[in-house]
Formats: sequence, C-alpha cells, structure tokens
Amino acid sequence: MSEAEAKIRTRGLSAWFGARPVLRDIDIDIDARGVTAIIGPSGCGKSTFIRCINRLHEMTRGARMSGKILVDGVEIQGPEVDPVALRRRIGMVFREPNPFPAMSIRDNVLAGLILNHGRPSRARGDEIVEAALRQAALWTDLRDRLGAPGTSLSSGQQQRLCIARTLALEPEIVLMDEPCSALDPVASAKIEDLLHELRERYTVVIVTHNMQQAARVSERAAFFLDGELIEYADTDTIFTAPLDKRTEDYITGKFG
Amino acid sequence: MSGRKLSASDRALRWLCAAAVLVPIAVLSSLLVSVALVGFTQLDAEVLAAVGGALRDSVYLGLLSAGLAVPLGVGAAIGLEQYGARATWAELLDAKVAVLAGVPSVIYGLLGLELFARALSSGRGLLAGALTIALLVSPMIFVASREALRGVSASQREAGLALGGTRWQIVRHVVLPMAIPGIVSGTILAVARALGSAAPLLVLGGFAAARVAPEAADPLAVLPVRIFSWIAGPAREGAGGNAAAGSFVLMVVCLGLHGLALVIRGRSTGPREAEA
Ligand SMILES: Nc1ncnc2c1ncn2[C@@H]1O[C@H](COP(=O)(O)OP(=O)(O)OP(=O)(O)O)[C@@H](O)[C@H]1O
Ligand SMILES: [Mg+2]
Repeated sequence: MSEAEAKIRTRGLSAWFGARPVLRDIDIDIDARGVTAIIGPSGCGKSTFIRCINRLHEMTRGARMSGKILVDGVEIQGPEVDPVALRRRIGMVFREPNPFPAMSIRDNVLAGLILNHGRPSRARGDEIVEAALRQAALWTDLRDRLGAPGTSLSSGQQQRLCIARTLALEPEIVLMDEPCSALDPVASAKIEDLLHELRERYTVVIVTHNMQQAARVSERAAFFLDGELIEYADTDTIFTAPLDKRTEDYITGKFG
Repeated sequence: MSGRKLSASDRALRWLCAAAVLVPIAVLSSLLVSVALVGFTQLDAEVLAAVGGALRDSVYLGLLSAGLAVPLGVGAAIGLEQYGARATWAELLDAKVAVLAGVPSVIYGLLGLELFARALSSGRGLLAGALTIALLVSPMIFVASREALRGVSASQREAGLALGGTRWQIVRHVVLPMAIPGIVSGTILAVARALGSAAPLLVLGGFAAARVAPEAADPLAVLPVRIFSWIAGPAREGAGGNAAAGSFVLMVVCLGLHGLALVIRGRSTGPREAEA
C-alpha cells in the first residue's frame, strides 16, 4: 500500500498501564477505505490499540504511550494537537451500548454537538438527527418516538443509536470495540449490514472476537498477540494462508 | 440429607429478618401515633400560634441556610468532579470533608457562637443562625453530591470523551443531569437533619447556657429550640401542650422531607424534552 493512501499510520507505537507494557512497537498502515479488523486473544491489547488512536488511552490514570501515530500524515500526539478536537474526527463505539440515560433519543444523536457547540437550531437538529438515524438504520423505527429516553430501546437499537451519535459528528474514522459482543445474533447481523454501508464513507477499525464476523465484514485484518502485531494482511490471506504459525493456530481455534 | 435442618434454620433466619424489619416499623408508628394523639388533642388557637411561629422561623432558617450551603457544597463537589480520578489531593479533600460531616452538631453551635456571633459581631440573629446551620450542612451536602456525581458510570464519561467533550462539558451535560436527583435528595436530607436538631442553636442562641427562655420574637426560636424550652424550661401554663403539638409538627415536617427525598432519589431520570 502506498503511504499516501494510509489514513492511519503507527510507527513504534508502545503503550503501558503503569509499569506494565501492553503494546510493543506496533507499525501498521490502515487504509482509508474499508474495514480493518483487529483480532487476537483476550488481553492482547486490541482495545488499548484503538484507544491510542483517539487518545482515550491517556485518560486512564497511570496509562502512557510512546511512538508515533499519524492521521493523514499528521502526528496526533504532539502538543499542538488538541485531543478533544481530534476525538471529534475519530468516533468510537464501545462494547456495551452506552446511550446517555438522561437524554432523549433525539438528544443522544445530537449529544456530540450539544457537548461541543451547544444545541443546534430546531431545523438543523432535525436534519442531523434524520441523517444520522438513517445511516444507522433506525429512522423508520424511531422517527415517531424521538422524545423517548435513549435507554428505552432494545440493546441492539441502543448500540445503533450509539453509532448514530458517533456519525452525527461526521467523523473521518470510526473505531469500534467489539460492538456486537453484548448483542444477540439478529442485532449483530444488523450492525454488520450497517458496516457494509459505513465502509463507503468512513475508515472503520473494528475489534472483534468473532472470526466469522471478521471474515464477513473486513478487507484487512491484524492479528495481535501479547501486545505485538504478529500479522497484518488482506482478510482472505489471514484466514486462508496465514504466514505465521501463531496466526494459523489462533484462526483455527487452537488457542484464545 | 440435612434438608430438614436447613429449612429450620432458614425459617429462623426469615423470622429474624422479619422481626428486624417489623420492630423499627412498629416502634416508629407507635411513636407517630402517640405523638399525633397527644399533639392533636392539645391543638387550639393559642398552641397553633406558638407552634406556627416557631415553624415559620424554622422555614426561614432552613431556606436561608440552604441558600448559603447549596452553592458551597454542590459547587465544591462539581468543581472537584472536573479533576476526575487523577488528582490525589481531591481524594484527600474528600476524606477531610467526610470527617467534617461527622462532627457533632453541638460543636457547630460553639463554632458559630465564636465565629459569627462574637468575632463578626453579627449578633445572635437569623444571619448568624443561618451561617452556623450552613456550616453544619454544607459538608453533608458536599459528601452527598460527590457520591451522586461519582455514581455516574465511567462508560458514560468515556462516551462523552469519545464525542469530543471536554471534562467540563461532560460534567455539565452528561454527569450532572444524571446526578441531580441524588444531589437534591441529599440536600433535602441534610437540611431536614439540621432543622430537627436543637443543639447548635441552643448553644448559639445562649438558650442553654443562660437558661434564657427563647421568646417567640427571637428568629432563632425555631421548632426544636422551642420544644426544648417548653419541656426543659420553668413550668408554664400551656407548655406541655405546646411541646406535644410542636413535636408532632416537627415530626411531620421531617418525615415529609425524608419522604420527598426518597421520591426524588427513586425517580428515574427521564429525558428533558428537546427545546430548540
Ligand atoms: N485500566 C487498566 N489498568 C491496568 N491494566 C489494564 C487496564 N485495562 C486493560 N489493562 C490490561 O492491559 C492489557 C491489554 O488490555 P486490552 O483491554 O487492550 O485487551 P483486549 O485485547 O482488548 O482484551 P479483550 O479482548 O478482553 O477486550 C490486558 O492485560 C489488561 O489486563
Ligand atoms: Mg477489549
């Protein structure tokens, strides 16, 4: 891949919790188009890796990182980069659906705007809400109950509401940390359908424990083990002809 | 199988639990009923006037001290909240204030006497009383507010961070709305506690030391103070009836405030309707 194409590049990225290293020397180029899957056994540093990309990692007490992360060729951990502004460009969806309980469905979608700039005008807000809910395949279900609490929805709908809330800020990158692991198969399938649409407009990085899911939704896959990037290639290659024995063992379910 | 034996001890435990629940309820309701019976039978125009005056003073004092203590207690809790879990000194301050909240109320009376009545020579009026009560309740309000704010889960804060919120924006739009019921109920409980306790004002007003009977005109002659003097003071006509009626009213007020606090705390945080 030519460097110009890479949306996210890391060079020598390492991360710690206190004195404990959890990521070691990660070099990766993530394509602007499509979905990149991060796979690996529990505790290997997948969440930490994506949390470095939106600089959420450093918000944990005692957590630290070193090395370089470049988004569009610009280093994001320099003192001149405002992490708050960065996080508006890089959205994140978490493992547990976490809509804001004190906000209506409408306000949940607008939450990012309400936080940053204050509430938009009624008309502008309506536009944003409709566009974001349509992208999250929620509009037809929820158009008549936008005033209901965000927590009144099923967990699958709550997770899609969280996706809508992220998209409403028109981010360039969407990070997803096992977005389906709290959901039933039907709700998971809906999120996967969504991913097929999102890949056209956003750089998507998704952490998943589900190998079938990784195979279905991603173009490229990165296998992490014990804080190291073992193998990174086209998803087809990773699943059919991995170069590293450890990747093959993980894919075929020998461990993890 | 020791199934029979188990179920026997099970049953014993159940009875014990039931007793643990029922006894306080029985005691409380018999207290309520007896105070109500005695209080009611004593009610006449004169008693009503005496109790009503004391109640009015209690309300003034309560409102004024809450007005002083709420900005202090809630404001400090919100201020600290912004520093999140990172600041160790915030934890230290927490511990200190928690200790303050445990200081017996009579000590605050002495403090108020020294600080406000004597040093600031503001006299022993309503202001000195309200300042003293505010000192007493603001640590309690602070502790309740901190607890309510910290009860908001980390995942909510992370969601706010991931949307590009600053700490303050997250506190303002995400954390505070979720914590409001806890803050309000904690404030009501603290004020109710202060309104029911006579000790600090007995000290501040000099009613205890000088054996001065509080006059109805005295702004510090709030309900518990009057009840105390009706009971402990020189026997005067009508004092017994006043004390019974006053106790009844005080109990109703305090239980009512506690009930209100419970309702507010239990109320789920519904959405605020979107206003454009
Ligand atoms: N807040 C924290 N404080 C200390 N150590 C942590 C913290 N969060 C994670 N860790 C440790 O860092 C390592 C990497 O964690 P991380 O959450 O990135 O793993 P993961 O690959 O996402 O795992 P999972 O699949 O279980 O989500 C783990 O060993 C974990 O125990
Ligand atoms: Mg994880």
